[in-house]
Amino acid sequence: MDIAAQLPLLLGLAWLVPLASFVAILFFGPRMGPHGRNAAWVATAAIVTSLVLSLLAAGTWLGAHPVQAAHHGGSHGSDHSAEAAGPVAYAGDWYTLYQGGGLRLSIGWYIDALTVAMFVVVTFIATCIHVYASGYMHDELHDVTDHEVHLSGGGHLHRPGRFPRFFQALSLFCFSMLGIVIAGNLAMVFVFWELVGICSWFLIGFYYERTSASTAANKAFIVNRVGDFGMLIGLMALWGALGTLQFADSKAAGPDGAQVVRPGLFGLVRPAEGGHALQVPDGMVKFAAADLVATTPAAEVAAKIDDWRSMGLGRWLLFIAGVGIFCGCVGKSAQFPLFVWLPDAMEGPTPVSALVHSATMVAAGVYLVGRFYPVLTPDVLLVIAYVGAITLFIAATIALVANDIKRVLAYSTVSQLGYMMLALGVGGWAAGLFHLVTHAFFKSLLFLCSGSVIHACHTNDMRKMGGLARVMPWTAGTMLVGCLAIIGAGVPFVIGLSGYYSKDAILAQALSFSRANPAHSILFLAVAGGAFLTAFYMFRLWFMTFAGEPRDHHVADHAHESPGVMVAPLVVLAVLAVAAGWTLPGGFGLPNLLEQARPAGTAEGMTGGFVFGNLTFPAEHESHEGAIHVTATLTAFATALAGVVLAALMYLVRIISPAVVATIFRPVYSFLAGRWYFDELYHALFVLPALGIAELASGTDRGVIDRIIEGLAWTARQLAGIDAWIDRTIVDGLVNATANATWHAGLELKKLQTGHLRQYVMFIVVGTVALFVLASLLFRTSMAG
Amino acid sequence: MTGSCVGAVVPLLASAGDGVSVAHYLVVGAILFTAGIVCMAVKRNALGVLMGIELVLNGANVNFVAFASPYLRGQGAASLGLDGQVIALFVILLAAAEAAVALAITLNFYNNHATVDVDRADDLKG
Repeated sequence: MDIAAQLPLLLGLAWLVPLASFVAILFFGPRMGPHGRNAAWVATAAIVTSLVLSLLAAGTWLGAHPVQAAHHGGSHGSDHSAEAAGPVAYAGDWYTLYQGGGLRLSIGWYIDALTVAMFVVVTFIATCIHVYASGYMHDELHDVTDHEVHLSGGGHLHRPGRFPRFFQALSLFCFSMLGIVIAGNLAMVFVFWELVGICSWFLIGFYYERTSASTAANKAFIVNRVGDFGMLIGLMALWGALGTLQFADSKAAGPDGAQVVRPGLFGLVRPAEGGHALQVPDGMVKFAAADLVATTPAAEVAAKIDDWRSMGLGRWLLFIAGVGIFCGCVGKSAQFPLFVWLPDAMEGPTPVSALVHSATMVAAGVYLVGRFYPVLTPDVLLVIAYVGAITLFIAATIALVANDIKRVLAYSTVSQLGYMMLALGVGGWAAGLFHLVTHAFFKSLLFLCSGSVIHACHTNDMRKMGGLARVMPWTAGTMLVGCLAIIGAGVPFVIGLSGYYSKDAILAQALSFSRANPAHSILFLAVAGGAFLTAFYMFRLWFMTFAGEPRDHHVADHAHESPGVMVAPLVVLAVLAVAAGWTLPGGFGLPNLLEQARPAGTAEGMTGGFVFGNLTFPAEHESHEGAIHVTATLTAFATALAGVVLAALMYLVRIISPAVVATIFRPVYSFLAGRWYFDELYHALFVLPALGIAELASGTDRGVIDRIIEGLAWTARQLAGIDAWIDRTIVDGLVNATANATWHAGLELKKLQTGHLRQYVMFIVVGTVALFVLASLLFRTSMAG
Repeated sequence: MTGSCVGAVVPLLASAGDGVSVAHYLVVGAILFTAGIVCMAVKRNALGVLMGIELVLNGANVNFVAFASPYLRGQGAASLGLDGQVIALFVILLAAAEAAVALAITLNFYNNHATVDVDRADDLKG
């Protein structure tokens, strides 16, 4: 079969199998074995099928497009022809939902090396987590007493287990996430974007009887809506000006039956005839120059578009479109200033934290920036870089003082997502997405390890742990691997864990960007400082949890190694956390695979920008060379080492007392422990005004509208009273008086009816005679006459 | 009452001269009528009352026939033609029908009260 037909078939099936599992569990979940135990098997079988299909697709891809070593340095010349053609991508539509005028909505695919890689990563991690969760969630197989829910009666909540419900949501999530990855247009991305949002809401609020969980779920959902609003603006800007949301060019039958190529977003913004250089698309120029178009003869419009473009018309529209789409990514990927929901999202079960809130869903924002990269202008990229830098710094500092093991990891996730955004923002397309993949492996590993610890200790508080390495050797070992991977440990220039490669790439690109734009060299400092902080807080976590003596014997005595079904995924993920970044001899490796999907026109770097001055984005391969690479690697190694050593001094050998440090830097410490008071700030800035407005509205409702209505009701009542009085007194009185008069007249006349026949005869006679007398008296004259 | 009736008839008698005229028949009709009325007013027996009714009706019949007779009224007088006699026949017919109904009522009354005294027939009094 042709690869162009085979890939959509394989990946489309891989995408839809979890949907089938979701539907099956939705309708038959509780009947799947005792307490729905087999729902786990259904969901796991579905995701394993997806994994196999994704691997088959990856095999097909690699068979057709073998991964080769990237060409650096002198061999640029031979690359240009390939670059000019753009990346290899297959796009098409399964189903057109609507078509009318310039408007077209469809369910389609856009498959390139990035799509294939993401499919494998998502399905693989999801498989590990399904297996792990079938062990972790076993409490839900029977009735559960939730000790964190205090009923008003003083007892704890007792409820039936919700085992199938968990796997049902997990399946729906896998379907939605894969939908984002395979989507061939932004509208479809948006649909699945919202679907993963609702899955996240289901899963964070899994223990919905807990106030904290339901609040966290709502917080995540609402904060994401803020970002999605920006995304809608971006979508409208694109659709309104360009009339399409398709990524790639598509062929469709024109009105005369001939094949017409409808250009996609990528082709419009980076037209092939211009060497894929970024330019404001014609549609946006016309949209922005509506006044000029109206006064120009229709025949001359086309000729003048280039003039208008050079006048700068439409570039703001493209900027707004890019920033708008990025807003959605800010919400989903928990970037500053919308990162506040992610740490609270840790209220969900730990497998969810591992899959949804660290490895995949939150990476969707980074993925979308990567996918949408060709449309992003230099100014948008700088915005992205700064947002990433701020995020990574704030989150890393908060993680320094957090004591909840999952919160440390949550802030670490936010910080690492900031790394990815920053990498994309400084032109490191491959570096950012490479880090996305490696981070997915080691962060899901770290979360699953923390889940194993929580499972054993029944607490999240690291201050009650310590010395767990002796009772939980597998967990401790795999978590150490995860920590080493996230700090980018390795022997410089020789070999390292996966994080070593991806983080080095980011550092190198940031350094390269800083050199090209000295005004923005703070970005490199943020990355380097972040690397130090990462190393410190990760090893603080490891030392506090696993090293030293147990702090709380009650916890330590109960601790035990987790069952095999939970340890096995840890080991598998640990292996990948080590090896995911390696490039085999011959060039086979993740970075080179991603290079195949590099957006057209970005390989040689980019210059431009009108909002923040002229910016230069150096080509990414330049950062792999000579001085920059050496400096970046040594910086990464030195900062990470410094962080680990400081953590060891404070928490392992305890030469420096953390308590003393906290006392000396009390204002800083309480500022960080208060999480920069972002929650309080948002509470004061947004929640309180919203509540105030609500209070005002309800006050208006009660005080004004209700008063008016009550007044109207009172008036109507009074009028009705008067009406009733008139009715009862006058109308009824008249009727009654008539009736009474008739009654009494009847009573009087009754007396005449004596019942004596002879009397009646007398009446008749007397009456007749009287009439005669009367008549004769009256008509006397006429009779006489 | 009788005086006024007589007062009205006397001129007719006077104008009639020698022979028998309408006035004489009218006097007979008036006597019959008055006798019927008195009979109805004084009789307690229902059958007597019925007889009074027959007298009244026949008094009226005498008048109709008298007024309709050309012999009595003279050749030049305005004539009712045969109308008077026909009306008298109708009245006899009606009297027969009325007598049948009245006798049926009386018979029923007798069955229920074992008497035909009209003073006892006051069940429908107001």
